[in-house]
Amino acid sequence: MLKAFSHLLARDLRLAFRSRHELANPLIFFVLVVSLFPLAVAPSAELLQVMAPGVIWVSALLSVLLSLDRLFKQDYEDGSLDQLMLSPNPLVILVLAKVCAHWLLTGLPLVLVAPLLGMFLYVPDEAIGVLMLSLLLGTPVLSLVGAIGVSLTVAVNRGGVLLSLIVLPLYIPVLIFGANAVDVASDGLSVRGQLLFLGAVLALALSLAPLATAVALRITASR
Amino acid sequence: MIKKIWAWIQRFSSPKHFYAISGKLIPWFAVPAFLLGIYGLYMGLFVAPTDYQQGESYRIIFIHVPAAWMSMFIYIVMAISAAIGLIWQIKLADMIAAASAPIGAWFTFLALVTGSLWGKPMWGAYWVWDARLTSELILLFLYFGYMALQSSIEDQRTADKASGLLVIVGVVNIPIIHYSVEWWNTLHQGATVAKFDKPSMHIDMLIPLLVMALAAKLFYAAIVLMRARNEVLYRERNRQWVRDLVKKL
Amino acid sequence: MMVEADSAHTIPLLETRQLECVRDDRLLFSDLSFTLTEGEILQIEGANGSGKTSLLRILCGLRLADAGQVLWRGEEVSVVREDYYANMIYIGHLPCIKGDLTTLENIRALLDTRSQLAPLDEIEQVLALVGLAGFDDVTSKALSSGQRRRILLAFLLLAKARLWILDEPLTALDVEGVALVETMLLEHRLAGGSAIFTTHHGMQLPCAMSTVTLGRAGNQPC
Repeated sequence: MLKAFSHLLARDLRLAFRSRHELANPLIFFVLVVSLFPLAVAPSAELLQVMAPGVIWVSALLSVLLSLDRLFKQDYEDGSLDQLMLSPNPLVILVLAKVCAHWLLTGLPLVLVAPLLGMFLYVPDEAIGVLMLSLLLGTPVLSLVGAIGVSLTVAVNRGGVLLSLIVLPLYIPVLIFGANAVDVASDGLSVRGQLLFLGAVLALALSLAPLATAVALRITASR
Repeated sequence: MIKKIWAWIQRFSSPKHFYAISGKLIPWFAVPAFLLGIYGLYMGLFVAPTDYQQGESYRIIFIHVPAAWMSMFIYIVMAISAAIGLIWQIKLADMIAAASAPIGAWFTFLALVTGSLWGKPMWGAYWVWDARLTSELILLFLYFGYMALQSSIEDQRTADKASGLLVIVGVVNIPIIHYSVEWWNTLHQGATVAKFDKPSMHIDMLIPLLVMALAAKLFYAAIVLMRARNEVLYRERNRQWVRDLVKKL
Repeated sequence: MMVEADSAHTIPLLETRQLECVRDDRLLFSDLSFTLTEGEILQIEGANGSGKTSLLRILCGLRLADAGQVLWRGEEVSVVREDYYANMIYIGHLPCIKGDLTTLENIRALLDTRSQLAPLDEIEQVLALVGLAGFDDVTSKALSSGQRRRILLAFLLLAKARLWILDEPLTALDVEGVALVETMLLEHRLAGGSAIFTTHHGMQLPCAMSTVTLGRAGNQPC
């Protein structure tokens, strides 16, 4: 079972690295969207500092959302998804492997590039750590919950807007607590509560979302 | 015994049987809903005492609060029927869920509109990011997501199952969303904003409110049966019994 | 002891009972019952849109039948899913091949989903057999569609499943490829394996073959 997990994870990572240009796209999108805000509002440090947590988190949300297709679309279109579902291994484990690969390829880079964006938007140094930590706890939830949405819409033609309609409302708690953690940390206050909440949501998503995704995939396959 | 109950459920949930029975049931919900609605509105708008703080404008709660309750209630009903449909493959349950969604969305919309109308004299603006209004707005998005998914999948059975799963995922999320929004709200606005439900409510206000809530539930029951009947006819349009029915017209 | 062996003998490998399939409001087939024993080759016949692919997907458990059951050695497929999937292989008409992976990696990835390992020399042997000798390090996007189908044939051989479920296995194959599939089926049968397949091309198998024909219920509204 562990082997099935690691083999699938390795396959997805290998595939991603074979088409490296696509790999960077969500990351570039993330940086691009964040850098639009100073242009649209004003390059004033005061204003940007207030907006920074929200801007960074919303951009992270959108960036993950746009990359969700990568989770199942190709496998669905070339029939590999059928083979995964005919595996003697539990589908939940395979789903978890795919989500894990997705997070490593999209969520983790966002976490790593966040300090740079924090600097762009004048986030105080002491809050940068919290920004990274909140993204570290929050982005896996985005991948996990997004997997449910994408497995329901993968068979729908032009399902992109539909996917955002389904998934974005479910992202709201992560957005609220993630952005708030950064906000509060900028004021130099304790963010233990916010981070614990994010951790709890992650634990919940980790245990339930793969189950829901597996069910959703079976529904999609029964077309 | 269990077998008997199961057989009964199967028989009742067959579309043909449901169509016959629900036709007889509708008046039993619709008439009381109408009467209670008239009575509740009369009591609420003319008899209930004027609020000493908000004057007459508070009276919109007799619409707003039942609508907000229904918006939540219907979503839960949908989740339960979707679960029944997914687990026991009862098509009727899926149809109830599908038939409920637009009603729920309208109640949510009504709650939002009345909420903002009530907000104008209260807060001086039509829209304030109050926790409850924000939660209602998110709920409206959840309804839209359900309906969009339902209508974008061609195969009816797949559409039912997919959107059914979505509504179940949504219902698990609602408490989390609700909690985070509440928390977000107290954080950013403080506790100065008045809440809709006051801890102590005059009995003359409470009774019309409960009457209106009951009327709304009965109204929903009547409408959902009507819509589910349409759904049954549409989905079974090629079956013999529906053709016979059409011939009789 | 005797009784057990006896009953094991009479239980068919795969059995369907009163299967019914509705698709987009049309009844494709209903009350479809047949059995498949070990060493039996079964062809599903029927016109376009008669539900052949849907039937195969139901047999695999990918699609849920609207009524009826599929039994693997006498037990419902959903109950013995693990055992069934370890012994059954399904090849649909989609390629299942990743263009960015090499032939070898594609085969390994496919075998991984079945938790099967194959030593390199065995894979090379099979690749030579299906006419892909020397292509093991070529990325699959450089291959023709016929060659990609041959990767799947190699996967089919390496998986060593007892039951093959093949949807249009001759798609994109040349004359030689068709002959290859025929030989593969014959040898599979000789080794005691079973197969269910659909095809629009004529397939000549010099052995007993049963057929199930999906009727003209095809366009009946339900």
